[in-house]
Amino acid sequence: MEALCEFQVLSPTSLAGVLEARTAHPQAQLLGGGTDLVVNIRRGIVAPAVLIDMTGVAELRAIRADAQGLEIGASVRLAEVAQHPGVVAHYPVVAEAAASIAGPTHRNMGTVGGNLCLDTRCIFYNQSQWWRSANNHCLKTTGEICHVAPKSRGVCFATFSGDLAPALMTLDAEVDIQHAAGKRTLPLRDLYIGHARHDGSGQGDGKHYLALQPGEFIAAVRVTSTPGLRSGYDKIRIRRSIEYPVAGVAVALRRVGDTLAHLRVAVTGTNPRPVLLEGTEALCGGALDARVFKGLDELVRDQIMSMKTTFTPGHYRRRVAGVLARRLVQRLFAG
Amino acid sequence: MAKHHIAAVVNGDPVEFLCEPGDTLLDVLRDALGLTGTKEGCSTGDCGACSVTVDGRLVCACLMLGVEAAGTSIGTIEGMANGEELHPLQRKFLEHAALQCGICTPGFLVAAKSLLERSPDPTETEVRYWLAGNLCRCTGYDKIVRAVLDAAAEMRGA
Repeated sequence: MEALCEFQVLSPTSLAGVLEARTAHPQAQLLGGGTDLVVNIRRGIVAPAVLIDMTGVAELRAIRADAQGLEIGASVRLAEVAQHPGVVAHYPVVAEAAASIAGPTHRNMGTVGGNLCLDTRCIFYNQSQWWRSANNHCLKTTGEICHVAPKSRGVCFATFSGDLAPALMTLDAEVDIQHAAGKRTLPLRDLYIGHARHDGSGQGDGKHYLALQPGEFIAAVRVTSTPGLRSGYDKIRIRRSIEYPVAGVAVALRRVGDTLAHLRVAVTGTNPRPVLLEGTEALCGGALDARVFKGLDELVRDQIMSMKTTFTPGHYRRRVAGVLARRLVQRLFAG
Repeated sequence: MAKHHIAAVVNGDPVEFLCEPGDTLLDVLRDALGLTGTKEGCSTGDCGACSVTVDGRLVCACLMLGVEAAGTSIGTIEGMANGEELHPLQRKFLEHAALQCGICTPGFLVAAKSLLERSPDPTETEVRYWLAGNLCRCTGYDKIVRAVLDAAAEMRGA
């Protein structure tokens, strides 16, 4: 097995220590649980000279979840989110998404910040150095074309497959982004800038999939509770007990009497960014009937862009996403 | 690169070691501490042959750096038996012939022990989901699952 490249590891224990380390080493990469980054280093995809271990930073390890709101620090482990009684009781979509990530070891290691910033993936990119050099490197590393879409002219179609992002997006989450001079807050959906179909040329190259400026990092993610909201998460995988999603769907809805009063649906594993479906408001205001299901199918069909990034074909993943969305809406509406 | 001096606890014993920043916990266990029961399979967190516990959390030692182990308490397969007396899981793996080539076995045992500590009476589905991160290329999964369920039953009775 290839050895890891040579790097230096810094282990700050406070936010101030992280900022200091970043100022001293602007090119440093942040290390959470290592389930994504260490694998990419091993495969020669990235070769950082300095790693800053974020898991010991006290300020980033807090989790608060009650009927008022949810706030999770970036270094909280995924298993803690999945098991936290407040998250399970008030934000089931987040607990279900966290519980469905990879296997137990990965959830025990991986962090919320790492899952939100998960590198985009595809079958041509997530391979060993040897494999990639034999196949000509793709444009996400050092090459010039996207093997998924050779005519893409500089656009990378690797897929975002994090599970927490769609779950939190259905709850209108915000992220706190920390930098040396202070903090800014961004709606979570605006964090993701991977290529979307509506992007014009010269914008959204897919290689850059996060709206973080150099030196910035995610400190926490926050949700304000909406009374009466029902939410859930489900995904299809090649092995149901582990694996990246073939498609993952998060739904949050509100039912008033027999009326669908609010609906949000977000999808992962299909596009270079997690997709909060646009147009779901138009499906609200009436009963949960054939009109809603047909409309939902159309929104999924039009906004999902699953391509040849994994072993299951794109058209299958698009249908799966639609079926998952429909099943979740039915389950949550029924209560 | 300067080596890091790390102090930790392994299987109840305090240890100190020097490691390069690029050494994984797996490298440290096998090469610096001579604990070769923990195996290297894929080195990418897929196979679970390197499963160990760190402060009670089941992790892949190949994805954790040695420097991250500072101040932690690590449990490996070498700490499972009590001297010559095998852990019930180890005995049940032998009784059920739940191994063929044996390379994956230490990982399965450590992972199964971690499951039974949090869930003493698991369903078969729970066992299968918990052990999803451990691969057996001899594909003897059914015997492994039966051995774990049998060990759980015996441990509850004991």
